[in-house]
Amino acid sequence: MSILVILEQRGNLKICGLEAASASRKVAEASGMTLNALYLGRAFDENPSVLAGLGISTLYAYENEDLHYYSNERYVHILCELARELEAKVIVCPATAVGKELCASAAARLQIELAQDCVALDWNETLKAVKPIYAGKVISDVSFSKLPGLVSLRPNTAAIERRGEDLPAIVRRDMPLIPARSTILEVAEAMSGYVDLTEAKIIVAGGRGIGGPENWPVLQDLCEALGAALGASRAAVDAGWIDASHQVGQTGKVVCPDLYIACGISGAIQHLAGMRTAKIIVAINRDPEAPIFQFCDYGIVGDLLEIVPKLAGEIRNRRTN
Amino acid sequence: MIIAVLIKHVPDTASVLTISDDGKSLTLNGIKFVMNPYDEFAVEEAILLRERLGGEVVAVCAGPPESKETIRTALAMGVNSGVLISGTEQLAGRGLSMALAAGLATLSPDVIFAGKQAVDSDGSQISERVAELMGIPHASCITRFELKDGKAEVIREVEGGHYHLSFELPALFTTQKGINTPRYPTLPNIMKAKRATIKELSLSDLQIEPALLESELLVERLAPARRERRRQLIAGEPLAQVQKLYRSLQEEDKVL
Ligand SMILES: Cc1cc2nc3c(=O)[nH]c(=O)nc-3n(C[C@H](O)[C@H](O)[C@H](O)COP(=O)(O)OP(=O)(O)OC[C@H]3O[C@@H](n4cnc5c(N)ncnc54)[C@H](O)[C@@H]3O)c2cc1C
Ligand SMILES: Nc1ncnc2c1ncn2[C@@H]1O[C@H](COP(=O)(O)O)[C@@H](O)[C@H]1O
Repeated sequence: MSILVILEQRGNLKICGLEAASASRKVAEASGMTLNALYLGRAFDENPSVLAGLGISTLYAYENEDLHYYSNERYVHILCELARELEAKVIVCPATAVGKELCASAAARLQIELAQDCVALDWNETLKAVKPIYAGKVISDVSFSKLPGLVSLRPNTAAIERRGEDLPAIVRRDMPLIPARSTILEVAEAMSGYVDLTEAKIIVAGGRGIGGPENWPVLQDLCEALGAALGASRAAVDAGWIDASHQVGQTGKVVCPDLYIACGISGAIQHLAGMRTAKIIVAINRDPEAPIFQFCDYGIVGDLLEIVPKLAGEIRNRRTN
Repeated sequence: MIIAVLIKHVPDTASVLTISDDGKSLTLNGIKFVMNPYDEFAVEEAILLRERLGGEVVAVCAGPPESKETIRTALAMGVNSGVLISGTEQLAGRGLSMALAAGLATLSPDVIFAGKQAVDSDGSQISERVAELMGIPHASCITRFELKDGKAEVIREVEGGHYHLSFELPALFTTQKGINTPRYPTLPNIMKAKRATIKELSLSDLQIEPALLESELLVERLAPARRERRRQLIAGEPLAQVQKLYRSLQEEDKVL
């Protein structure tokens, strides 16, 4: 009996996989099961110290050029075969775009239940998870009445905890032969150094209140000062001011950063749906009645075109002093 | 060509939800229900495909009798017919996808479109499960769809980039914002939709034993996600405001 955690890579191991491993370790300890990990990619050639102290007993690395990019058919096949071989009772995967798709397909193939995009995991006689529903308006505590069970864990919801320096054993395997009815024609990757919204620790987001696309540089400058990613409300996206990949909210991305700075965003329920689990929310809005002020930790009533540059300046000042 | 779309009847996202006394369910009386917003993109994409290549679009929904309203919305948008899979109110995840896959199999669709997520369960799994159960390939969250030489070519967004993929048919795709702009129902279609007969399939029609579909994921407790926020307004001159904000974020919250 064991727990299997999926370590996602995009060239390098993703942080959210290490978070998932830390959350899984707690379940492993409470249940007395061993923790194993799965890696799919070109080759596992990272410095093994990235896995030190995470409590992973064996890393199964499936290495093949054709595994570098996510392929649903190949990934699902390998995950399900390994889960059966290891008699995994609990499978944990980061809730990224590909992670969620992989989990859904694997759950169907293994004929088991799945809780997607959970914000906490626990073990008490069986696997338990905390899952937001209704666009995050309601929090559901769920329990698996039958195992194996599968969960995907929202990035930024678990801390990476290392104890000691222990390294996992590494078992390297090639890709088995897997018939496929889909092919990858092309993959367009973002520039290096790109921080995805769903994994960003800090997000600066702009809404209709920025006034027009010519004012993005004001927010981008704050992003640069903070090392933050840029988000947007649907109003800003629908106005054609920015690409839809920046949209936060029910129809956009669900994010969970340490700090979310909402600039010129009124705080509609569908926007809150995407950022309500952020640890700290700051709102900058010139309307003191804006609903976002009911849902922030700090609020500044004022013109964002005045406040945001001052904030960026203050951050740069403090950092250089 | 037969094009199927999966649509779900869900509470309007702006509704105020109350948790029932049992602490495990929601009181949904008096709440306005609508077609799941993501499924509107799926319906639109299915109709666009039919407009280009001919064929027939069938909307499939599992749920209580009231779900017929959502099927009528799809008919009013322009789908040809609708199927309600009844007796499925209590189902979720594994069981719900088994019922839907069995219902879809009776239609032998060439292409299936679905939404990327239902806004009630936030489940993000039914459509992918359906594809797997039907033994057909699929891609989630596509933002472009084209048929070329009998194959489907799609763009699928992931964090930090996108994939251009090609699929043999039949295949299933989940749609999201960006793929199209869903049309509004037209008056003649609304009238036609009111009169249309909606086919019903029960689990026994599909020869499924209901006990096999029971959920193995139990809800123990629901709570409103009302994490209290500090709601501290920072007053003063702009420079003083940002200085105070910086200090709080750094010293108290340690997020900088
Ligand atoms: C099914 C559905 C799904 C949706 N999904 C999403 C989603 O995913 N994400 C999303 O964001 N929305 C979504 N929406 C839309 C949502 O309801 C709101 O319309 C949208 O969030 C409003 O965007 P906004 O706050 O930028 O604009 P507004 O509501 O127009 O707010 C602009 C704010 O800027 C302030 N402002 C103006 N000028 C300044 C200035 N100079 N300085 C400071 N403040 C200023 C104003 O006081 C105002 O509060 C969805 C709606 C529906 C029905
Ligand atoms: N009861 C249902 N009837 C028809 N389609 C559904 C149903 N539940 C989910 N779906 C489809 O599956 C998608 C994803 O749902 P979910 O996995 O619940 O987030 C939805 O957008 C619908 O297209």
